[in-house]
Amino acid sequence: MTKEQILEILKTALQASDGDQTEAVLLTEEEELTRFANSIIHQNTMQEDATLIVRVIKGKKIGISSSNVLSREEVEKTVKKASQIASLSPQNQEFVSLPSGKPLVPIDGFVEKTARATPEERAEAVKKLVEMAKPHQIKASGAFSTSVMRLGVANTLGVEAFYETTSASFSTVLLSSTSAGYADRESRDVAQINAEEIAEEAIKRTIDGQNPRLTEVKEMEVVFLPYAVSEMLDYLSYMGLGALSFQEERSFMNDFRGKKVVSEKITLYDDALDLRGFPVPFDFEGQPKKKVYFFEEGIARDVVYDSFTAFKEGKESTGHALPQPNAYGPLPFSLFLKTGDATLEDMIKSTKDGVLITRFWYVRPVHPKLTVITGMTRDGTFKIENGKIVYPLCNMRFTASILETLAGTEMVGKTAKLERGFFGGNLVPALKVKSFRFTGQTTF
Amino acid sequence: MRELTELCLSTAKKLGCTYADIRIIKREHQQVSLKSGNVEAISSSENLGFGVRVLKNGAWGFASSRVIAPQKIEEITARAVEIAQASARVKEKDVELAPVDSVVVKVQANCKIDPFTVPIEDKLNLLARVDDRLRSVKGVSVSRAFLTFFKEFRVFASTEGSLIEQEKIESGGGMEAIAVGEGDFQIRSFPNSMGGNVAASGYEFIPSLKLEENAERIAQEAVVLLTAKPCPSGEMDIILDSSQLGLQIHESCGHPTELDRVLGTEASYAGTSFMTPDLLGKLQYGSRHVNIYADATCPGGLGTFAYDDEGAPARCVDLVKEGLFVGYLTSRETARALGIPNSACMRADGWGRMPIIRMTNINLKPGDATLEEILADTKKGLYLITNRSWSIDDKRLNFQFGTEIAYEIEDGKLGAIVKNATYTGMTPQFWNSCDAVANKDYWTLWGLTNCGKGQPSQVMHVGHGASPARFRKVQVGVMKR
Repeated sequence: MTKEQILEILKTALQASDGDQTEAVLLTEEEELTRFANSIIHQNTMQEDATLIVRVIKGKKIGISSSNVLSREEVEKTVKKASQIASLSPQNQEFVSLPSGKPLVPIDGFVEKTARATPEERAEAVKKLVEMAKPHQIKASGAFSTSVMRLGVANTLGVEAFYETTSASFSTVLLSSTSAGYADRESRDVAQINAEEIAEEAIKRTIDGQNPRLTEVKEMEVVFLPYAVSEMLDYLSYMGLGALSFQEERSFMNDFRGKKVVSEKITLYDDALDLRGFPVPFDFEGQPKKKVYFFEEGIARDVVYDSFTAFKEGKESTGHALPQPNAYGPLPFSLFLKTGDATLEDMIKSTKDGVLITRFWYVRPVHPKLTVITGMTRDGTFKIENGKIVYPLCNMRFTASILETLAGTEMVGKTAKLERGFFGGNLVPALKVKSFRFTGQTTF
Repeated sequence: MRELTELCLSTAKKLGCTYADIRIIKREHQQVSLKSGNVEAISSSENLGFGVRVLKNGAWGFASSRVIAPQKIEEITARAVEIAQASARVKEKDVELAPVDSVVVKVQANCKIDPFTVPIEDKLNLLARVDDRLRSVKGVSVSRAFLTFFKEFRVFASTEGSLIEQEKIESGGGMEAIAVGEGDFQIRSFPNSMGGNVAASGYEFIPSLKLEENAERIAQEAVVLLTAKPCPSGEMDIILDSSQLGLQIHESCGHPTELDRVLGTEASYAGTSFMTPDLLGKLQYGSRHVNIYADATCPGGLGTFAYDDEGAPARCVDLVKEGLFVGYLTSRETARALGIPNSACMRADGWGRMPIIRMTNINLKPGDATLEEILADTKKGLYLITNRSWSIDDKRLNFQFGTEIAYEIEDGKLGAIVKNATYTGMTPQFWNSCDAVANKDYWTLWGLTNCGKGQPSQVMHVGHGASPARFRKVQVGVMKR
């Protein structure tokens, strides 16, 4: 669907509404994904979809309706349904207004080559990785996807926004008879995805991980690779960096805003305009993305807002609205953790008795306000003793507070890696912390 | 509809496919929720599209679109064929499928009151009464009450001659109360967390949830939890309530018996499984009290259907019988690979996803005792209720769960409430420590709407039936106190 078609549908929706205020959001996605396992391509898919979400306001009554059938008649039907729901709805006393239109920073996030990537090209990349793994008796699995996303937002208060972007993602889990190794690469430009580089990284990790051992389960020093850091920060943002959890006093920010809560080596912010990530100029209300600091040299600063939560505190939206309706409120999706000056080798060298963690698996909050999470390590866990990696470990369970872990940050990596977050992308370095709380171990 | 499916299948045949199927799906969803006295959301959504799966050169291709029109069906079918040809560039042998009988059939939803015909005002009135009761308890800072309704019309047609039309309606709801203290917040949900309870049923299911009747109790529990003592640490006997046990079954029996995981085809995301084929019929997975079966015919279950997304008829199969591991959840392809009967568990999350092996209703057979008898027979332990946290490793061995609330058990009686309760263990050891399962009077069928699997991600609605059960000497209290 072209920009003009998308804006035309949004215009049709706004014109069809009898509400006091109306918002229309159209999200289109074309995704192709080549999936492989046991060194063959076993699932290979493409989907083209588009969803129109209409929010009609009558006084303080709100109705929401969505559909992926986009003929003029169906668009008008979707608007009518939202309008009927608004009429039936009780007043939401906390609602003030939809946001008005604001200037947006233009961003070019579209890469033609990614949009035109073919199943053959993805299959060739997979083949390259599979053939590199084969001589090592390693079975390859993973997924290589390329996608195009277009987002249009308009409302009757002057918002009219359009953005299109591409995304390419290649991840692999390699399996030997006793180990697993992970690697991934993310980019807007499929040409930046190098299958050989991914294969080399994952093959080394798989070979190094063979015949893992058990170790004593206790609190230990840990070196986190960026894969693990990104996931840990995603959970921190989900639990406490949005205005809804803050306003409902479910966030750690309620107790620590303005106070030093993590190491001064930690500066964490959201910046969806930074071209090194997966940039997006505006949110699902068409509001410009603002840079928001969560930790500045260890001091807890702010949370992100959409228009609803911002009006409640007399503030401006920071441009972090999600599609409506949702129970999460605004959330950050473009996390940047400021780099330091350490190399991975420096981190390992400084570790007396610790663990190197490649990535996490099945992380879940245990106590959101205390930022306690549990989960497992996966696809590359290694014991470090006296400054050296000494042997691979069976996967370990942790039950640890993210804030306590980050408070013990001793070193921050000098380079950062782009990782897929819950929705957007995070640019994060490796970290070395003085203590991470392990609570169990598995047998592989 | 038949013209459209025929167009797809004949196009696929013309392009040299040895097999093809098409699914055309229409979905409707309605959500009504109140939060702390205000409307959180009243929304309605519709979604329509089709997906084409083909076998060409011995490999799979899948393509899908929201636009249902003859030209688009031809275009997407050709695209699926092109994708299959690319798949065939990285293969070892041709895909082979277990046989399935072709069938032409229409299946209607099991529903007395179509929830989409019930006025929104009636739904709002019910939720307002529930929300009022939640907020009437001093100390509740956030209250939430919600209803959710889902309708699906699904057409499946294949080159083997099947044409299956199935309709499905689901209704559900629940509530939550949150209480906030210094450095703490506690939540209580009812009848279950993560979306309440949902059934393949009409609106008649909603009164059976008894939301109003339980609202004040749930709210009071949230407030009491703030000042409750923390979960003790150590090994002790535990009793899991039916809903928590449902999730335990889901994570530690449902997922590891999915044969695609077992055969390695989910290794890149969800992982593999410790329940490997060499252990089939040999592994003492649990004690003799443990009987777990996959039942796609169970009335009201979210995993209930007449035919799966490969057109295979729904079945009820044993996974664990008197503790022994005896069965898998399979597809036509994986059943053929292992040479076992297909248990018909291929399900896709809508039209835009390729079917993969999913749980149906994975249920624990009830035992003989009453819950009161099990409690009275427990000298010291914990009774854990309603899931709050869940995590398990990628082979489904090492798990850790947390519950919203737990009660101490002292000399066969329920004692004080404890907060931040957690328990952890290894799957076979845990199920072998089960020495009592409550009887059928305590058996509840739970509907879970958030089971994630696959790349691109798919979310599935599945069911779990269970009565409370007791497990001996389990590690509890993992969170730092």
